[in-house]
Amino acid sequence: MTKWLLCDNMIEYWNPQIERMPLDELEQIQEERLRHLVDYVYTHSPFYKKRFDEAGVKPEDIKTLEDLQKLPFTYKQDLRDNYPKGMFCVPDTQLVRYHVSSGTTGKPTVVGYTKSDIHEWAKSLGRALTSIGVGRGDVLQVSYGYGLFTGGLGLHYGAEEVGSTVLPISVGNTDKQLELMQDLGTTTLACTPSYFLYMAEEAKDKGIDFQEDTGLKTGIFGAEPWTEEMRKRMEDATGIKAYDVFGTSELSGPLFTECTCQDGIHIWGDQFIVEIIDPETGETLPEGERGELVITTLTKEALPLIRYRIGDYTILNKQPCECGRTHPRIMRVTGRVDDMLIIRGINVFPGQVESVLMKIPEVGEHFMIHVDRINEMDTMKIQIEMNDEAFSDKVNDIISLEKKVASALKSVLNLSVGVELVEHGTIPRSIGKSKKVVDNRKL
Amino acid sequence: MDEKFIKQISLFAENKPGRLASIASSFKEASVNIRAFTIAEAGDFGIIRMVVDKPEKAHRILHDAGFTVSETDVLGIQMEDVPGQLATIAEVLGKKGVNIDYAYAFVTKTEKAFLIIRVNDLKTAVETLYEEGIPLLDMSDVQSI
Repeated sequence: MTKWLLCDNMIEYWNPQIERMPLDELEQIQEERLRHLVDYVYTHSPFYKKRFDEAGVKPEDIKTLEDLQKLPFTYKQDLRDNYPKGMFCVPDTQLVRYHVSSGTTGKPTVVGYTKSDIHEWAKSLGRALTSIGVGRGDVLQVSYGYGLFTGGLGLHYGAEEVGSTVLPISVGNTDKQLELMQDLGTTTLACTPSYFLYMAEEAKDKGIDFQEDTGLKTGIFGAEPWTEEMRKRMEDATGIKAYDVFGTSELSGPLFTECTCQDGIHIWGDQFIVEIIDPETGETLPEGERGELVITTLTKEALPLIRYRIGDYTILNKQPCECGRTHPRIMRVTGRVDDMLIIRGINVFPGQVESVLMKIPEVGEHFMIHVDRINEMDTMKIQIEMNDEAFSDKVNDIISLEKKVASALKSVLNLSVGVELVEHGTIPRSIGKSKKVVDNRKL
Repeated sequence: MDEKFIKQISLFAENKPGRLASIASSFKEASVNIRAFTIAEAGDFGIIRMVVDKPEKAHRILHDAGFTVSETDVLGIQMEDVPGQLATIAEVLGKKGVNIDYAYAFVTKTEKAFLIIRVNDLKTAVETLYEEGIPLLDMSDVQSI
């Protein structure tokens, strides 16, 4: 692989020929690979053969990208129902790795990887890391969990692909994280946004200033939804550039990031096809409309997925990016279909709450949504912590802060929400995926 | 003029059992003496305000214990422990347009009464009280009470 340094705009690409390819050429590649994929799964996977037959589709019916819509969706439940390896398309001897997702609801899901799957995964992240200026000479502290979870090993292989030095510290042991970050000159940190907030809080308590005392320039944050408003907070407080990373274990793991333009996540079209659908009807939505993300894998061998329902809400953007990359972008994921709360008939996403709260400077970074049903009526209460700097010792100031937050939430959610200011440290800090909702309704 | 201010420690506390006890015991360990103390409560939460002999130390202890805490400049006014004193003070400040945000008082062994007030205009308040001959406490007075 070559890396190009384009002198006119100083943008680096991991694979410029592919990343800057005109969209119609890219779509030709997608079409060819789609035809091959459909043949491949039909002949290698009894699961897909049955699915296609039930839907009355034959591989030869799929000729163009538009024909993709004829194919049935694949769901997470399919992976569970076919636990552990019922959907795999290769014999066990071809597998070089398993990852297993936590089975909080029902059976866990198992993803198998061939050697090529691992390499395609690293390639995808290699392009992504290059697009945020991470490469040779960077020290990438991987503070995602290593092991069955895909976050740690995913970033690890991606960083090695571009020649960065990996610090495979995994999650937890925050004192050590901060110590090694300083001693080994970490330039890039990858973890959940919640863990970064926790680390920043610990650093502050220890008198460590990210800008003065560390070489940290870049953060790669994901594995849970976070908002644009939170990004601004993080960047202002620590002086780093914070980038969103996207992926799910079923697709391999973390795969894509934004580029330095911070204007959507580049989904590599030669590896994946993106669709946005209406989650109710399953119909494909036009570019620019918000809907559920559906992804088809084009290069995966062990566990290819056809029209896989990711469950995240986002918007597709096919306009070429200012960075010169032509591959489709998805806008920041604003919530998951299964994260949606229905309160008195109104849809509420935790991300909406975060956006509102992070715009109010007096409010701290941590919050918890409590939902309950009292006298047959849904209630929603949000616990917030106050920023130390914003604390006034006048009772009225605090009451008016609570009112200000409640009215800001009401104007966005169209719902009356209780706001309770709690003591600093009351809301549980998280080093992995954080829990932002407690739903006590007995339905 | 600064030396005529008293450093008051204020902290945000949820209205739940045991909060006060934990504060008091951490002060005891650090031998911080509370000179004056009040709680303004508003439903779910309260603001605890206190004047202590070692404000920096108290601030650090509370902060390290995870409290949201701030330091506020307030005035400590020495009064004779006889009727009418409070009225006089309120009146002279009112005339100069100084608003008292809140006040609390305590009485010492020496039959003096002390009034702690937070005002919206410290400078005018100090000047006014000085002109009226009403004595103000400073931090060294607080330490020696």
